[in-house]
Amino acid sequence: MTRSFWLFVGPFFLGLLVFVYVPIGWSVLLSFFDARNTVTPTTFVGFDNYADMLTDGPFLQSLGTFSLFALFVVPLTFVLALALALLVNGIQFMQTFFRSVFFLPFACSYVVASLVWKLSIFNGVRFGLANTLLGWFGEEPIPWTVTPPWYWLVLVTLRLWLQLGFYMILFIAGLQRIPQHLYEAAWIDGASRGWQTLRYITMPQLRTTSVAVLLLLLVAAYQAFDEFYNVLGTDRGYPPFARPPLIYLYYTALGSGGQDFGHGSAGAVILTLLIAGVTLLQGKVITR
Amino acid sequence: MISRRRLLTAAGATALLTACGSNTGRGGDGQALRQWYHAYGEPGVQQAVERYAKSYGKVPVDVQWNPGDYDSKLATSLLSGSGPDVFESTTQVSAVRAGQMVPLDDVIASAKDDFTASILAGHTVDGQIYGIPQAVDMQMLFYRKSMFASAGVTPPSTVDELVSAARRLTTGGVKGLFAGNDGGVAVLGGPALWSAGLDYVTPQHQVGFDDPLAAQAIGKLRELNTSGALLLGAVKDWAEPDAFTQGLVAMQWTGLWTVPAVQKALGDDFGVLPWPRLNDSGRPSVPVGAFGAMVNAKSAKVAEAKEFVRWLWVERTDYQADFNQSYGFHIPPRQSLAASAEKLKTGAAADAVKFVRDNAKASNPPDWTSAMRTAFGDAVSQVVRDGADASTELRGAVAKVRDELKRLYG
Repeated sequence: MTRSFWLFVGPFFLGLLVFVYVPIGWSVLLSFFDARNTVTPTTFVGFDNYADMLTDGPFLQSLGTFSLFALFVVPLTFVLALALALLVNGIQFMQTFFRSVFFLPFACSYVVASLVWKLSIFNGVRFGLANTLLGWFGEEPIPWTVTPPWYWLVLVTLRLWLQLGFYMILFIAGLQRIPQHLYEAAWIDGASRGWQTLRYITMPQLRTTSVAVLLLLLVAAYQAFDEFYNVLGTDRGYPPFARPPLIYLYYTALGSGGQDFGHGSAGAVILTLLIAGVTLLQGKVITR
Repeated sequence: MISRRRLLTAAGATALLTACGSNTGRGGDGQALRQWYHAYGEPGVQQAVERYAKSYGKVPVDVQWNPGDYDSKLATSLLSGSGPDVFESTTQVSAVRAGQMVPLDDVIASAKDDFTASILAGHTVDGQIYGIPQAVDMQMLFYRKSMFASAGVTPPSTVDELVSAARRLTTGGVKGLFAGNDGGVAVLGGPALWSAGLDYVTPQHQVGFDDPLAAQAIGKLRELNTSGALLLGAVKDWAEPDAFTQGLVAMQWTGLWTVPAVQKALGDDFGVLPWPRLNDSGRPSVPVGAFGAMVNAKSAKVAEAKEFVRWLWVERTDYQADFNQSYGFHIPPRQSLAASAEKLKTGAAADAVKFVRDNAKASNPPDWTSAMRTAFGDAVSQVVRDGADASTELRGAVAKVRDELKRLYG
């Protein structure tokens, strides 16, 4: 290793070490201690925190809810982003314009978007946007963010609006890497322009992109926090519905008065292992 | 494009600036006491507390105003040695057990009897006082007199009367009651228990709602939620008076702090009530709480900090009156000040003072920990919003609360 290597890599590596690796290590350490209101605990409890979290009803429930959420939202985002990419990539004029338009929401802050969804589009009083629409058809106003299952509509549309553009761009990049001559060869062989080329040329050529998109989507689904916290959370806490694991852990370890770092860290480690496990499994299934 | 060297220089400069930035205090010399407040919503409070601090003669005091998530920020800073010397918070048994604040019995000393006992109890753990109450906040039921009169409804004195009043007051675009967008889950759980003569935790540190009556009390909140008489999904939540002042509801559960805004919008056309009783064993109730001034046990200047707290929150009654009455709308925790406050002598405010005297319940007692709050809140939420069976859900919460109490008190 030369001096210039350390000069260039050093500061960033140091930052990574101090702000990422040490906290992760510390968190794993805390998960084996009774660490209430302290980050320098002295009472070693072994795997007790893990046992508590694995028998903790609300935590397991949130893991279950978000596995279901992932099962639903990952394929949905995948299909919609791919469809959008195919459409935008297929048009002959104003392609850059449409690409930008669909990508723009991704630049919007999750918090701002959540507030727009919660306060203006889906607020529960009669003059909210969605309720005004309902009113035209003579329907009663719906309190969207507090009634099951309607809050899922709010959360899923919000997530799709924010994320679709980003995954669309990934797919467009993948699509533009597919050599044109493959399509021409297929057409000469008599393949139809629609389904057959999509099924036998486009999809196989997009495999690496698809795997990446699926992994990112899956991790994002389990890491859900921002829009859930801002749409459903109140100053008095978070309801037990649609509660992402990270929000539950946030309230356990950090949120007003929680300060139980042992259980919070144990939960975080469990969640990390779960994400890693599902990701590996998915990678194995897809690349087989 | 920025060159790597320029980038590194910039990063270095930022680091230097940050190092300077951590001590920009107006006292400036490192001798100053650091005092933290959360960001009060009312204009003028920040200037007022800075003025109090400035007039303290013995040591300079740096006031830090903390907008945003104050509780989390404070909790994190108390873990390290770099937290404030003096801060405001609610007293929690877990923080006391972790040795985060020092007892202030000698600070409050002779003035102790002047403080409202129920408020002081909220800052007492194992017989010692950890916070000097600064300002009392409370919640109560606001109702629109004209709407009651035209519907021929009288102010409810039992929960059943309240439910039927809410139903009868629901007409056209007006709903009977607003108690938060979650249907009252966050704020009415306590009042529901108290309405049946129960509580979160008993004075003997036992579960206070291990009783079949609790299911009945929480069931009433479910009844309200399915009655169609409850406003849900309002733009502003229960802590703001907007739904009430805009005429969207005939009743709203909100706080004392909204009285000036409600008075401005509705004049005399409103009254206030405590949450009514459910049955003969219960009593009407209002949740009360008060931030207390505390001293960080990790502070290097505990003695100076205690002396400052004594000066500001025990000795300077003029500042305490100013803090409570000149900006927002609070009740002074000291009875002598509450009795002499002009604004509290008439109307809704006078009723509120009476409720605090007769019907006060601690909204957040020291032994009601965050884990207990989550367990109870989840149970209430499942019952009220999902229609789960109340006794099953509450049994789960009772078990969790009992475990926590056992851990804390053996």
